[in-house]
Amino acid sequence: MLSAQGFAATFKYLSMFRDGLICTISLSALTVLFGFILALILAMIRLSNFNVFRFLSTYSQRKLLQRGGFVLALSRFNPLSFFANVYVEVFRATPLLVQLFIIYYIVFAGADLPNFKLFGFIRFDRFLPGVVALSLNSGAYLSEIIRSGIQSIDGGQTEAARSLGMSQLQNMRFIILPQAIKNILPAIANEFVTIIKESSICYTIGVQEIMYAVASVKGATFSIAEPLVIATCVYFCLTFPTSKIIAHFERKMSAGDKRNGAEATNKKRERKAKMTKV
Amino acid sequence: MSTLISVNNLKKHYNKGAIKALDGVTVDINKGDVMVVIGPSGSGKSTFLRSLNLLEEPTDGDIIFNGVDITKKKSVVTKADGTKVKTKVNIDKHRQKMGMVFQHFNLFPHKTIMDNMTLAPIQVKHMKKDEAEAKAMKLLERVGLADRANAYPIQLSGGQKQRIAIVRALMMEPEVMLFDEPTSALDPEMVGEVLEVMKELAEDGMTMVVVTHEMGFAKEVGNRVLFMADGKLMEEGSPDQLFNNPQCDRLKDFLSKVLI
Repeated sequence: MLSAQGFAATFKYLSMFRDGLICTISLSALTVLFGFILALILAMIRLSNFNVFRFLSTYSQRKLLQRGGFVLALSRFNPLSFFANVYVEVFRATPLLVQLFIIYYIVFAGADLPNFKLFGFIRFDRFLPGVVALSLNSGAYLSEIIRSGIQSIDGGQTEAARSLGMSQLQNMRFIILPQAIKNILPAIANEFVTIIKESSICYTIGVQEIMYAVASVKGATFSIAEPLVIATCVYFCLTFPTSKIIAHFERKMSAGDKRNGAEATNKKRERKAKMTKV
Repeated sequence: MSTLISVNNLKKHYNKGAIKALDGVTVDINKGDVMVVIGPSGSGKSTFLRSLNLLEEPTDGDIIFNGVDITKKKSVVTKADGTKVKTKVNIDKHRQKMGMVFQHFNLFPHKTIMDNMTLAPIQVKHMKKDEAEAKAMKLLERVGLADRANAYPIQLSGGQKQRIAIVRALMMEPEVMLFDEPTSALDPEMVGEVLEVMKELAEDGMTMVVVTHEMGFAKEVGNRVLFMADGKLMEEGSPDQLFNNPQCDRLKDFLSKVLI
């Protein structure tokens, strides 16, 4: 049970929680970054029409081959999209813990990772498999979110952009993604918060994040309740601002949503133009 | 008059040929033409128009725009000295020269009117920002919407949105403007302001292909009228010929329903 002495004993080890906090933040931040990039690539692949066997359809049309049937199906087969689909389904259908263990004990078993320490205490050879497992997992989830966001945008937007001479890439960058990301921000916030919380699973392979600190303090003080209370507070202080910050961006991006909303000012547009100029 | 777009036996089939949206359309569009396409719904008017800039990929047939067959991946261009060169067809380049206006406007809701207009010229044509904005202001003044440059599309009425959509397309300095039922989604009192802009455009000598149900516009502004039904081009001629002296029964039937 909670006791004053327990807290007093636990507070002696606050530096462990500080280290755990730094580790959890870097773990989540890297996961968000790599997961998002992976998800963007996966979503693009799944929406692409890279039909390598397209040439077969002309034979089918010329009746050289039987109409319909296997050849026509093959001509519409997109291998990249197929493998991306398999990837997403596998990673969504298996537990994160299993994925983490497979990556740590099997995939990285033979790899001789450099044994240096990040920030002087995070063991890189455990940290890296953790980041990889979390990124691969969250990439699968985020790609579903991004795909639904892209598909939620009216086809007329693409038609308008393409009819103005924009390429598919420009259409994605300037027209579709800004609108899609605005629509899916709540879901993205959810996923980011999930990443922070699920990073605690890396404790099982010895990454020194917050739960690792809890276990260490427990071992030193023989009390578990107090460290857990502190860990709860630390996690909450991480996730709550994250969702608030994303909600702020959501408001910012919804400029063109309200009929009675303010018109943009010249100053605002100038600033935006400067920001987007790369 | 020189031919700008030459459409040759254009076909568009769906469901492996079970539905023939376009069934062999052949027509030449000349520079300066204001060609109005009329016909009952489902006759393939919109499919025809959308095929012209390849928003719909035709099943068969050619579209020759400025001497280049844009339906093919590669085209053979004969140079002045008679040598033939095979070049890749970049559809984006050709689309720049074909402005398009849609029934549902399709303005970009997350961008202001000014950004809607300047985005493509800046990104595609690499126009300087202030140059593009000055040009946009001129066009906005022309359609009487200069004071709404910083508004978002949702803050405009339907008629205003469609006028913006027209000038957005004009920003790219197209050689031909394609209108896909530009007034069909508008309240009746807003139709006039959009048709007025289109009429001015026609008077300036812009080549236009207009799919519309506005017979008054077809009569007054059009110099050629196409009547389509069942994916086929049934009758073609001047507005006077088609409206006052229709030949085929389908057209007579159609006109008896729309002209009261």
